[in-house]
Amino acid sequence: MTANAMPVLRVRDLRVTYYTDAGRVAAVNGVSFDLAPGERLGLVGESGCGKSTLALALMRMIKPPGRIESGSAVVRTAQGEIDLLTLDEAAMRKVRLSVISYIPQGAMNALNPVLRVEQQMLDALQAHMPQMPRREMLARAEAALESVELSRDVLRRYPHELSGGMKQRVCIAIGILLSPRVIIADEPTSALDVVVQRQVMETLRRVQEQLGASLILIGHDMGLMAQVAHRVAVMYAGQFVEISPVHAMFTQPLHPYAQALIQSLPRLENRGVFHGLPGMAPSLLRLPSGCAFHPRCAYVMDACRREAPPTVSTPDGRLVQCYLYAAAKEGESAAMQERASPQPQEGMRA
Amino acid sequence: MTPLLELRAVGKVYTRGVFARERVVALKGVDLVIDESRPRIIAVAGESGSGKSTLGLLVLGFLQPTEGAVLYRGKRVDALRGAEYWRFRREVQAVFQDPFAVFNPFYKVDHLLQVPIEKFKLAPSRQAARLMMEDALRAVGLRPEEVLGRFPHQLSGGQRQRIAVARALLLKPRLLVADEPVSMVDASLRATILESLRHMRDAHGVSILYITHDLTTAYHVADEILVLYAGRVVESGEVEAVIRAPKHPYTQLLIDSIPWPDVSRVWGAAPMTKRDGTEARANTGCRFAPRCPAVMPRCWQVPPPTYHLGLRRAVACYLYEQEAEKFNPAEPQCMAAR
Repeated sequence: MTANAMPVLRVRDLRVTYYTDAGRVAAVNGVSFDLAPGERLGLVGESGCGKSTLALALMRMIKPPGRIESGSAVVRTAQGEIDLLTLDEAAMRKVRLSVISYIPQGAMNALNPVLRVEQQMLDALQAHMPQMPRREMLARAEAALESVELSRDVLRRYPHELSGGMKQRVCIAIGILLSPRVIIADEPTSALDVVVQRQVMETLRRVQEQLGASLILIGHDMGLMAQVAHRVAVMYAGQFVEISPVHAMFTQPLHPYAQALIQSLPRLENRGVFHGLPGMAPSLLRLPSGCAFHPRCAYVMDACRREAPPTVSTPDGRLVQCYLYAAAKEGESAAMQERASPQPQEGMRA
Repeated sequence: MTPLLELRAVGKVYTRGVFARERVVALKGVDLVIDESRPRIIAVAGESGSGKSTLGLLVLGFLQPTEGAVLYRGKRVDALRGAEYWRFRREVQAVFQDPFAVFNPFYKVDHLLQVPIEKFKLAPSRQAARLMMEDALRAVGLRPEEVLGRFPHQLSGGQRQRIAVARALLLKPRLLVADEPVSMVDASLRATILESLRHMRDAHGVSILYITHDLTTAYHVADEILVLYAGRVVESGEVEAVIRAPKHPYTQLLIDSIPWPDVSRVWGAAPMTKRDGTEARANTGCRFAPRCPAVMPRCWQVPPPTYHLGLRRAVACYLYEQEAEKFNPAEPQCMAAR
């Protein structure tokens, strides 16, 4: 992996709206980012900030009343570039699992309870490679299970015969069956105990590295992000307010929301010190004017109330959407427009 | 002095099936003493199925122990009657995991606060009741005018959970059982709820049993910790000592698996043994033996007793047999598992 490698996924100005009876909800409101090959991008934010909607949009699994309004999501594959958002349904079905795969939140509910694991894995393979002989498909399924440290007799079991951690690993095995370029894992360990969580995350990280795939890890557990991600994107009210390399994010967050989030974390050194986040997450139905964070922000300025701040890219490859950093950047408007490509830091943890 | 709460060798076996043929040992041999004069927050930590919620329900008197006894102010909880029973009900309060399920969606949130005031006749007039509610809400960091008169769905999970804490506070309890109070609340709001628990201890002298699987928050809010594994207390002590220098192999594994939000700490440095499928092996000894990296032949036969390594430090593991012989408690302990 080189610092200036071409991104494997390039998302630009993605917008998803839910048309509800109460009004239009802009769940993803102009999100842009690049994902480098082999990179693990953490995506954090409070519940309802739009992170799962973003994942579903990339998988083209948004259902009415939701709609993808605009934007592009280009994946680079061996066969060329594919814009996920313009594919027709048949083509998209081919792309799911083989190019981009999704490991859903709560594996307990993701598997079909009346089919054996074997059948669910074979169904996935058959849909993409109808010509493949059954023996070969079984061999692939076994290999996938082996790579998540499950024995082959799991194939003959029903989901209820497996523990939560095992079910989650079956979901990972299905997710990697066809060696996708991008894996999206939506809170893959939120319902698991710490020890099992660590086992599942280590498994996911190992298979992701073996495949050379990129990973988008969604969650609100900042501890997990600190340990697993290369870069962290902080989402607030449908927008990315900051994207930074993990070390910079945890030691020197830029956006006031990211700062408050990092400060509220319990660490080993600050025992008994609590910093809550003031105020409430805004309703996506009635977003505040200007910057959506301004009612809770300690550094609010007049400009914040009037107009949404621009996305500023810093020289060290970070992106932040805040006037505090826009001021210093005046005159360098070219830099503001340019979105930095991801630069996973060196010396990241194995 | 009689302790506020005492658990003496408490065990709970759930039975199922005809003639109770299926037996599940949820808890075994749990001792615990909580002293009223020294309010403390005691964390009860363990994975799902370790018996930690059963422990909470036993303390609340919602379940009866099948072995041993739960004593409140020296009397068995299941034998409390009349005025004593109502005193127990008022003085021992609970906050549960789900801030959505405790509210009736058809009532305004005021209802949750009004019911206990009426039931326990805490206020002489409606005016006084209103003032009490406002005080309780302010004590947990909420602005009464922002929450009173609203319906549950109009409030965030964090606000609702704090109302549940305010409700408990209203009754001036001596003991609060908080079962996973922050696990369903966004990380950014956890701090405020934990802060209000600590405020209850410091300003109102309430002891708290903080039941959780999250050692990070336990470390931050609690004074002492009991670590449960498969229904037994495997380790107990001051939280600082246990988290920084765990003794029992299970506690070591647990603490090594915490993903700290700190980029300078590497996650999971210690290796772990595989888990799935090994639990089925017949084992009359230590329940952790199938997963233990330091397992010895004797571990499979007889469960290890609890060894005391200090006045407030105990561990149930043969590895500490010799270390425990050096320790001779001069005085009986007033707290922590024996």
